[in-house]
Amino acid sequence: MHRRDFLIRTGQAVALAAVTGGAGILFHNREVGGYSPILAVKPQFQIEPDSSLPAVTMAKNLDPITALHQSLDAIGGIRRFINAGERVTVKPNIGWDRLPEQAANTNPLLVGEMVRLCLEAGAAEVVVTDMSCNEPRRCFLRSGIREAAEKAGGKVILPVEYDFVQVHLDGQMLTTWPVLKHFVQTDKLINMPIVKQHSLSQCTIAMKNLYGILGGPRHQLHQQIDQSIVDLARFCTPTLTVVDATRVLLRNGPTGGSLDDVAAENSVMCATDQVAADARGAEFLGLQAHRVGHIRLAEKSGLGTMDYRAAGYKEIV
Amino acid sequence: MTIKTTRNLRRLSQLVFFVLFFWLILKTTFEVSFNPADPTDIILPYPVSIALELDPLVALATLMANGTIFKGLLWSLVVLIPTIFMGRFFCGWVCPLGTLNHWISEIPSERRRRRGAGKIESNRYKKYQRIKYYVLFVFLGGSLVGVLQIGLLDPLSLLARSIGTVVLPVLHTTALALVDWVRPYEHPPVGRAAQFAYDLIAPWLLPFRQAHFHAILTIGTLFLAVLVLNRVFTRFWCRAICPLGALLGVFSRFAIFGLEKTESACDHCNLCLVSCQGADNPDVGKPWRQTECHLCLNCQSACPSSALRFKFFPNRQGSVSNPAGTPKVDVSRRKVTASIAAGLVMLPMFRSGDAFEVNANERLVRPPGSMPEADFLARCIRCGQCMRVCPNNALHPTLLESGLEGVWSPILIARIGYCEPTCTLCGQVCPTGAIQELSLKEKVGSDDIPPNRIGTAFIDHGRCLPWSMAIPCIVCEEWCPTPVKAVYLKDVTVYRRDGKAVAVKQPYVDPALCTGCGACEYACPVADRPAIYITSIGESRSEKNQILLERRRKPRSEG
Repeated sequence: MHRRDFLIRTGQAVALAAVTGGAGILFHNREVGGYSPILAVKPQFQIEPDSSLPAVTMAKNLDPITALHQSLDAIGGIRRFINAGERVTVKPNIGWDRLPEQAANTNPLLVGEMVRLCLEAGAAEVVVTDMSCNEPRRCFLRSGIREAAEKAGGKVILPVEYDFVQVHLDGQMLTTWPVLKHFVQTDKLINMPIVKQHSLSQCTIAMKNLYGILGGPRHQLHQQIDQSIVDLARFCTPTLTVVDATRVLLRNGPTGGSLDDVAAENSVMCATDQVAADARGAEFLGLQAHRVGHIRLAEKSGLGTMDYRAAGYKEIV
Repeated sequence: MTIKTTRNLRRLSQLVFFVLFFWLILKTTFEVSFNPADPTDIILPYPVSIALELDPLVALATLMANGTIFKGLLWSLVVLIPTIFMGRFFCGWVCPLGTLNHWISEIPSERRRRRGAGKIESNRYKKYQRIKYYVLFVFLGGSLVGVLQIGLLDPLSLLARSIGTVVLPVLHTTALALVDWVRPYEHPPVGRAAQFAYDLIAPWLLPFRQAHFHAILTIGTLFLAVLVLNRVFTRFWCRAICPLGALLGVFSRFAIFGLEKTESACDHCNLCLVSCQGADNPDVGKPWRQTECHLCLNCQSACPSSALRFKFFPNRQGSVSNPAGTPKVDVSRRKVTASIAAGLVMLPMFRSGDAFEVNANERLVRPPGSMPEADFLARCIRCGQCMRVCPNNALHPTLLESGLEGVWSPILIARIGYCEPTCTLCGQVCPTGAIQELSLKEKVGSDDIPPNRIGTAFIDHGRCLPWSMAIPCIVCEEWCPTPVKAVYLKDVTVYRRDGKAVAVKQPYVDPALCTGCGACEYACPVADRPAIYITSIGESRSEKNQILLERRRKPRSEG
């Protein structure tokens, strides 16, 4: 064997041995896998409070769009909440595969009009989305919200798995949870719940509607429902809450299905104080706010005022 | 038109029908229009099951098994009647599985047996090609007594099932894994590019949500075997196994179109054999076999001396050195009889055990609108269309849940997905009526008709939070979709281990209202084995599988 051959062949073997051994040491006990990175920003959607304006307004009118305009104007108008160029996310309740008249989802007319108003106020983009319970394509379609929002120029987004980000919610019950990115990575949030009976929290209105921003095993939240609602409401205070009480689901909520359980109230509320909105909304269901666990706890936690009249209330009939 | 042009037309036809078949399966999904102001039943916009309805084997076998040619299956005559005159043109020009086999077979190989003389030898007619007739007659024998196994090996059912439950979900998992692998925040440009590519293909190729199916290992293995065998013998499936090919071969008995060979022109170059698809003896010296030929026209186009010609009324008078073609199927009467007898024996084989009705699996929840089990099994061809279309990924191929007889028939697994109460898509796509089409009113019920029920929910008190752990939870009641909720709650005070009283609401099920949709089971936070679960009892389709006395069948005259 030539010396040259010897050196080359030995060198090759040594090089491979070095790479093999080095790789073993390099990757030994390396920390990998586990959790995706956690977003630790608390979104700021609120606007400056204005004591000259009421915190809750309610308008009653057979035409839902007129009712929306009246209550919105009474609380300062859309331009108080939306500035030109902002990204807005509208969060109706699109939880269930139900038709509009069954009152399980937010009135599509109100959603469409809200999208239109935001765009009119100069919003760069209005996203309409929700984490449905039933099959989302059916919920968005049969609730009429997809069509109404798209017609008004909104961007309707069906949540998919990779649209969730892990967010540090910093609550007592809710620590880190997957949140649909459109609810945290946006400038303004408009919560658009509907008033419904719920067997555990008694009512699902404004604060409970925020469950829909979450992914993950949210059925576990019912084990501590009051605290988890309050945690969510503290993490995410919407710019504006628009409560659909055009139809109210009195029984068999939150899914409903029978028109016998639906009462026509023809009312729309706008609120900057979501606790006050819940308190007023609960009355549609014959509930007193101080007897509803999560509303009481929310006031105690300093999130708002249960006594909506004290917070500033205006009714347009 | 030259023969080469005609052959190119055949290639185009194969491509078009293959793409069409694939497209139909892609469109077997929740892609509908709906006007909320004027709500009507949601109907799929395309007749997505048309490909399966063109299948004469499905039509014949289901006719034998249940006595009717269901709805669109009459379309199968469009294939069968031309076959009577022309022979197996379907195999060479239309069949998408045949096309796939054709393509895979023709990828050049470096193995000696797949080239030159080896390939010529392997493309001569072989005795193993008779297997497909035995397969056909065994299956038809079973169909005579209501045991319908044809779907296991019917090529269109096999391909629809394989694409719908294996190929597309596997593609989806792969795509998601790739996107996940180059996570945007780790490699921004790469991640964004991957996401862009995903968003580009996802809307037309991938369903809204990744589907995961039960028992796909068995389906995928069979499909893979069918494809891989092409690398050993050209179109082995089509030549040796395919029962539809066999049926079309039988129906070619009186074909008036065929191959005529001119001995004087032939110089025995064997080029016809090199590209032969059906192994039907296209060469001079052996009798051409009508029942094996796919009419691909390769032999005539390959022949350098114009010795071969497809024509109407080919000469049936041959000579010793150039025997004429034969339309006869190469199986003896005795073996046909034995095959049919073997098929008949499937009935006692499958049903003397306890899996059928006697001790049926309680988790065998069938799709809404399903026929009673015996009729269901006499219709279901395991095409997987219902599973593909289900928006909730609720329907899955069984493995042995309905016995050996029902392998790959649909089962609803509520832990993966529940039956969406207002959805009627599975009945719309079922080509054989195993799942009957329901109107929305028939599905959810109304004042005068009860809803369609697929089972009943039961509560496992040992696993239920308010029943055994003093923890509040009402999720099953919250999700229950019946207008008056079948799951109802009772307020009780229970005690924690430290003696502290806790007010909880304990769930109960009202069996008169429950439709067995499984929404409760799906939503139960005790996710690994839910504390509320559905079993098949109470299903509308069964007379016996009932709890309630009031559900005993009424005489037909009472309505």
